[in-house]
Amino acid sequence: MRHANLVEAFQNILPSESVLFEPEDLRPYECDGLSAYRQLPMIAVLPGNEAEVIEILKICEAEKIPVVARGAGTGLSGGALPHADGVLLSLAKLNEILEIDPVACTARVQPGVRNLAISEAAETYGLYYAPDPSSQIACTIGGNVAENSGGVHCLKYGLTVHNILKLRVLTIEGDVLEIGSEALDSSGFDLLALMTGSEGMLGIISEITVKLLPKPETARLVMAAFDDIEKAGAAVANIIRAGIVPAGLEMMDKMTIAAVEEFIHAGYDPDAEAILLCESDGSNEVVANEIEKIRDIMHESGAVRIDTAHSDAERQRFWAGRKAAFPAAGRVSPDYYCMDGTIPRKHLAEVLRRIEDLSLEFGLRCMNVFHAGDGNLHPLILYDANRSGELEKAEAFGARILEICIEAGGSLTGEHGVGIEKLNQMCLQFGDAERDLFHAVKAAFDPDSQLNPGKAIPSLRRCAEFGAMHVHRGEEKFPDLPRF
Amino acid sequence: MQTRLDEQFQNTPQGREAETILRSCVHCGFCLATCPTYQLSGNELDSPRGRIYLIKQLLEGQEVTRKTQLHLDRCLTCRACESTCPSGVEYARLLDIGRNEVEQTIKRSPIDRMLRFALRKVLPNRSLFAFVLKSARLSRPLLPERLQRMVPAQPKIRQNPPQANHPRRMLVLQGCVQPALNPDINHAAERVLDKLGIALVDAQQAGCCGALAYHLDAQPEGLDAMRRLIDAWWPYIANPDKLIEAIVVTASGCGVMVKDYGRLLKHDSAYAEKAARVSELAKDIGEIVAAERPELTRLLENCPAPEAEAIAFHAPCTLQHGQRLDGVIESILQTAGFRLTRVGDTHLCCGSAGAYSIVQPHIARQLRDNKIAALTRDDPAIVVTANIGCQMHLQSGTQLPVRHWIEILDQVLCGQTEDRFP
Repeated sequence: MRHANLVEAFQNILPSESVLFEPEDLRPYECDGLSAYRQLPMIAVLPGNEAEVIEILKICEAEKIPVVARGAGTGLSGGALPHADGVLLSLAKLNEILEIDPVACTARVQPGVRNLAISEAAETYGLYYAPDPSSQIACTIGGNVAENSGGVHCLKYGLTVHNILKLRVLTIEGDVLEIGSEALDSSGFDLLALMTGSEGMLGIISEITVKLLPKPETARLVMAAFDDIEKAGAAVANIIRAGIVPAGLEMMDKMTIAAVEEFIHAGYDPDAEAILLCESDGSNEVVANEIEKIRDIMHESGAVRIDTAHSDAERQRFWAGRKAAFPAAGRVSPDYYCMDGTIPRKHLAEVLRRIEDLSLEFGLRCMNVFHAGDGNLHPLILYDANRSGELEKAEAFGARILEICIEAGGSLTGEHGVGIEKLNQMCLQFGDAERDLFHAVKAAFDPDSQLNPGKAIPSLRRCAEFGAMHVHRGEEKFPDLPRF
Repeated sequence: MQTRLDEQFQNTPQGREAETILRSCVHCGFCLATCPTYQLSGNELDSPRGRIYLIKQLLEGQEVTRKTQLHLDRCLTCRACESTCPSGVEYARLLDIGRNEVEQTIKRSPIDRMLRFALRKVLPNRSLFAFVLKSARLSRPLLPERLQRMVPAQPKIRQNPPQANHPRRMLVLQGCVQPALNPDINHAAERVLDKLGIALVDAQQAGCCGALAYHLDAQPEGLDAMRRLIDAWWPYIANPDKLIEAIVVTASGCGVMVKDYGRLLKHDSAYAEKAARVSELAKDIGEIVAAERPELTRLLENCPAPEAEAIAFHAPCTLQHGQRLDGVIESILQTAGFRLTRVGDTHLCCGSAGAYSIVQPHIARQLRDNKIAALTRDDPAIVVTANIGCQMHLQSGTQLPVRHWIEILDQVLCGQTEDRFP
């Protein structure tokens, strides 16, 4: 079908303002939260309900046109990067909370509902939705499921996959699948887990039933400042070793503290080399006890200043600062490249030292902010996209960080997804057999590879080319692959 | 964000300023969450991030059409996005630059141009506006009901306060539409400040603050209004014998503009210094009263407590996002003994936004109805706010009285019990 006919087909089912097909309107949709990668889609559509989404999918299926789903466009791995010959399917208008069941402690919501909006709506019943990605003010729950998002509280409460019960998923043919159930377990293969984190490559999520938790009786937060980032790393290990599972355990380094403090005025220690934010929640008694222990451990680990938030407002402010850390980088640098590797906690200090060495080697500054409790690093490489070659340098720096993570026994992505940006490193993390399986699963749902093609799982060819460039310590990474 | 500005913008002051702002945006999308128009439309093009992108492509030399203008027009300039933005993007300033640039290239329809011209000529002209308003009020019974509600009712006006005489003196901005719509706001401010030992001085010849024209696609006209106002005020400010402590503004929409004079006129060598001084002196009436809290508390001790009426406070965007005075007036009202009801989504605009409710009536009405629902959730007896525009716009959608907060503080302080709620 020609472009004009396709536009007309969409205009027949959607209001005219919901079909964008000229570069002027499409450009604001050319990237998500990772603006270093940009691509104009052929057409962008903004359906307002599930029925319209199904109609759109049927048209795309009939014409074999790629479909890329998009929520709020806050993703940091380019998962919603448009396809040049494809349709960008914005689910932002599907933003209704359909039902909150205070007895079952669940909420049934449309994919375009903002993460934070769920907790705000559930507050009336003393409930909340636990996973809280830093972008929770804006990011959508559909995107959270697609990326299996975490957040500062996932150390204790798990990732998205641990907090959802049921999905309505539309296949590329426009058929409706109901996956999961209202109960904690459902028979058959666990497709719910498969769908979570599938980055829009298996189906389009049109409805989500999430678990809600009762708000803890109390929550208190300790902020500990260290004059040495390694001591802070050791404190993290000591807390976990003592058998404490904090509600959140986060670290920020000096440059991050300075950038964030300018926005939020939270009262972080500006002289510290690193600060830890450690939260305990639960009953008053348990929390009082745990906070006491946490303070002791921080002290023994060499903290130079230990504060406990005096009020809930102060506690929220401490968290708000942490959650604003990525965009606050915009105050110190025009561009940043956010990494998302995970490592076993015991290697924290060593990995940080190696990142610092790389920072000198590449001549680019690097802010460190991360979920220390679960070893999920978010180094922010600061660069200036207007200087030629600097993005490439940042990418190379980032790739080296991810390789260090894998060498340390960790993985490429903790919560941001692979998207477009970590495709090459997927070749390092997985061998042929695993990648074949990924492709087989993809083909089972989407035989013509129309759903978000080219993301999250690298083609064999891509890995072969990457391997050829990437001869490591004198050995070829993939001697078993044919070279092109 | 990466930028590749077109040559024609690379060396203009506006172009350079726009580039600095564009580059501070990291495209995180946090602003989408608190943007009133994005919440209604779900379209990136009606979000701050989308508009930043539209302006970016304009300045990068891509072809733009009436569509870009439409999405920029739809922005309320409420600046909720600026309060949300961790990167500190000066969005409103970028929007001003973008709108001005679009205005040069895209021609509006004759009807649109006429409407905007009429608004710019009538609203800032005090006597002309008073005439139009009076005519509308007279013909009100003849209008269909929907239009009737758009004509603000005549407020009950008390006697003008006696001219106060105190060593402490402040200038007051009369504004353009406010004296005709509700002269009692400034009278109330005068009475309250009199009690606090401050005399208000009204400068002759002082007109509109320039916001209307500036935000209705006539930035040069707006800047001229600013210069005229500075000229009218300057003899008072420069007089060493009768020192002026501050310029009091009772409409937060005007206040945010006057506080910006210094920046907007910084390239005008004849006015830069004066404009900066005026901006420095400009204060919202809330700031003035809050600074006199010990005296206020003492005065309140001698006043009967207000009737236990629940008040819903609507913080105008120009107050909370523009002037960053969130919580100041709420706290004064609590000190005065009022009970503030819980209000949801306090950060969202009511849709008034200067002339927005007239040029974008559809979106403005939706926002107004949402705002009234959020304000009345806890059953208040009255809604109070801090800007004449919000007051009139909200009043057009509810039977509850909507007042300026200084009027109800005046009622408590000055012991007036007459019913002044129309």
